Amino acid sequence: MTWYAFIGALEQGLVYGIMVLGVYLTFRVLDFPDLTVDGSLPLGASVSAVAITNGVNPFLSLVLAALVGFAAGTVTALLNTKLKILHLLASILTMIALYSINIRIMDGPNISLLSVDTVLDPFMSMGMAGYAVAPVLYGCFAITITVAIIWFLHTELGQAMLATGSNPQMITSLGVDTHKIIILGVGLSNALVAVSGALVAQNQGASDVNMGIGTIIAGLASVILGETVFGRSGVARACIAVLLGSVLYRLAIALALGLKLGAFAFTPSDLNLITAILVVVALMAPSVKRRFGSARS
Amino acid sequence: MKKYISMLSIGLMVLMASMVQAQTFKVSVSQFVEHPALDAVLKGFQDNLKENGVAVAYNVHNAQANMATANQIGHQIMGEKPDLILAIATPTAQACAQAFKKSPHMQNTPMLFTAVTDPVGAGLVKDLNHPGANITGVSDMLPVNRHLMMVKTFLPQIKRMGFLYNAGEVNSKVLVPLFQAEAKKMGFEIVEAAISKSSDVYQATKSLVGKVDAVFIPTDNTVVSALESAIKVCEQNKLPLFNADVDSVKRGSVAAMGFDYYKHGLQTGELAQRILKGASPATTPVEFQEKLQLHINSRAAEKMGIAIPPELLEKADKVYQ
Repeated sequence: MTWYAFIGALEQGLVYGIMVLGVYLTFRVLDFPDLTVDGSLPLGASVSAVAITNGVNPFLSLVLAALVGFAAGTVTALLNTKLKILHLLASILTMIALYSINIRIMDGPNISLLSVDTVLDPFMSMGMAGYAVAPVLYGCFAITITVAIIWFLHTELGQAMLATGSNPQMITSLGVDTHKIIILGVGLSNALVAVSGALVAQNQGASDVNMGIGTIIAGLASVILGETVFGRSGVARACIAVLLGSVLYRLAIALALGLKLGAFAFTPSDLNLITAILVVVALMAPSVKRRFGSARS
Repeated sequence: MKKYISMLSIGLMVLMASMVQAQTFKVSVSQFVEHPALDAVLKGFQDNLKENGVAVAYNVHNAQANMATANQIGHQIMGEKPDLILAIATPTAQACAQAFKKSPHMQNTPMLFTAVTDPVGAGLVKDLNHPGANITGVSDMLPVNRHLMMVKTFLPQIKRMGFLYNAGEVNSKVLVPLFQAEAKKMGFEIVEAAISKSSDVYQATKSLVGKVDAVFIPTDNTVVSALESAIKVCEQNKLPLFNADVDSVKRGSVAAMGFDYYKHGLQTGELAQRILKGASPATTPVEFQEKLQLHINSRAAEKMGIAIPPELLEKADKVYQ
C-alpha cells in the first residue's frame, strides 16, 4: 500500500466514520435496523452541493445537511411509530423516496464541486498540503462527533435511548414516551449520516444521486468489524471502536486495490471478493489472539 | 579478463534494461463498473497503444459501481505516480480530478477521461477547446439528430417514441431535452420512461406498450446492463427497439447508429499517444467521435415486426442475421 493510498483510506474511513456512528445509534443503541441511510447520505450531499454552488459557506452547508438528514430520519420514525409500519419497511420507503427527492434537490443526478470552495479549501489556500488537510480535518470532525455522542449517551436522555433499545417494556413502565425517543434517535442518526454525505461529496468533488448505494452495507460492516476487533464493553469503547472499524474497513479496500502476489495477478473485478476476505481475516484476529493467549498461559 | 567481460556484459545488460525501462510508460486506469461498453473502451485503448508499439505497464482499477471505492482508487493512483491516468466514465473522472487537488506532486501528470458525455457540466474541463489544466479526453456525446433520423427512416409514420433511461445517470439526463427538441423538429413526440435500477427495466418497458410506436435506449449504463428484459417485452409486443450503442444490436435490438465503444477506446489511445509524446492536455481540445457505425439485427427486426428499409441495409456497417 502506498502512502497516498493509506492517507486516502484514512480520510475515507474517518469521513464515513461519521455515518458509521449514525448507523451505530440506530442499529445498536435503538435496536432499529434503519436503511434510510442509503438515501440520507446522498441527501446530505445534495443539499450541501446545492447550497455551496449557490454561494453558501461550505461549513454552514453542513448544518443544513444535518437539518434535512434529521428530517428524513423523522419521517422514517414517524412511519414506524405512528403508522405502525415495520421499521425495515418504513426505512426502505423513505430511502426510495429520497432517491427522487435528491434528483429534485439537485435538479439532475450530479452536481460537480470541482471548481467551488469546499471545507478543505480554506486550509489548502493557507499553504497546507491537500493530502494532509483532509485526514486531519475529517479526523477532527469525527473525533468531536464521537465525543459528543459518548457525552450524549451518558445524559438522562441518552440513557433513556439506550434503555429504549434494550428494554422497551421497562422504560415505558417508567413513564418514558418511547415514540419520542425513537424519533429523536433515528433523526439524530440520519443527521450524522447526512453530514457524512456532505463531507464525502466535498471530498470526492461531486454529489451524485447514486453515491448512497451500499452505504448501509459499509456501515453495518464497519460497526461489526470495529466491535469485534476493538471490543464493545461500554458505550465509550463501542463508539470509538466503530469509528476505528470504519477506518479498518477502508484500509481493507485500499489493501485489496494494491494487492499483487508475485506472478499471480488479480483482475480488477476481484476487488469486492478480496475486500470480503480481508474483512474476514480481520474479524478472525481477536479469536486467534485469544486462542494463542490461552495456549501460552 | 573473463571477469572484465562478464562485468562489462552485466553493465550492458543493466544499461539496456534501464533503456527499455525508460520507454515503458506507466498508465493507471480507473474504471467505474464492469459493463460491456466500458470494457470495450479499455480494450480499444490498450489495443491502440499495443499496435503502435507503445510499451505500457498498466495498473487497472475497477470501482465496481461504488463511489466510495472510486474515490479511494483516486488516492491509490496518486500513490502509483503514473505517467498518464485514464478515467473511464464520469464518476471516476470526477474522483480522480478531486484527488489531484490533494496531491501537489501530481499537478503535471496528464489525465484523460473517456466515455464522459458532458465534460464541462461534470466540472472536468473549463472549455472544450481549451481545457486549461492537466485534464482532457474524449466525450461520448450522442449526435442526437442522426439517431432520430435513423428511427424516422425505419418508421416514417412514427408519432411517439419511448425513451428509456435512468434518471439518476447524468449522461442520460442531459440527453432528454435534446431528444425532445430534435424529435419535435421531425414531427414526433418523446415519451419518457425513467427507472432507478436495472430490475425496473422490465416494468418500465411494459409501461410503454400501447403508448409508443418504438422504444429508444440511450447509452445508459443501468438500462443497457438489463437490456435483455427490454428486448423481451419489445419482442412480445412487436415494438421496435433502437439503441445508441452498437454493442446492444448484437444482443437483440433492431438497430443502432452509434458508437462503437471499442473505436471510442482506440480514439482515446490515439490521444494518449500524443500526450505521452509531450502534447499538453491544457491545449489539447476535447474530442468527439466522428464516424458513426450503423449496425442492424435482421432477426430482431423480424421478431419486433418491422421491415428494414433497403437504403439502410445498404449503408449498414454490420448486419446480424
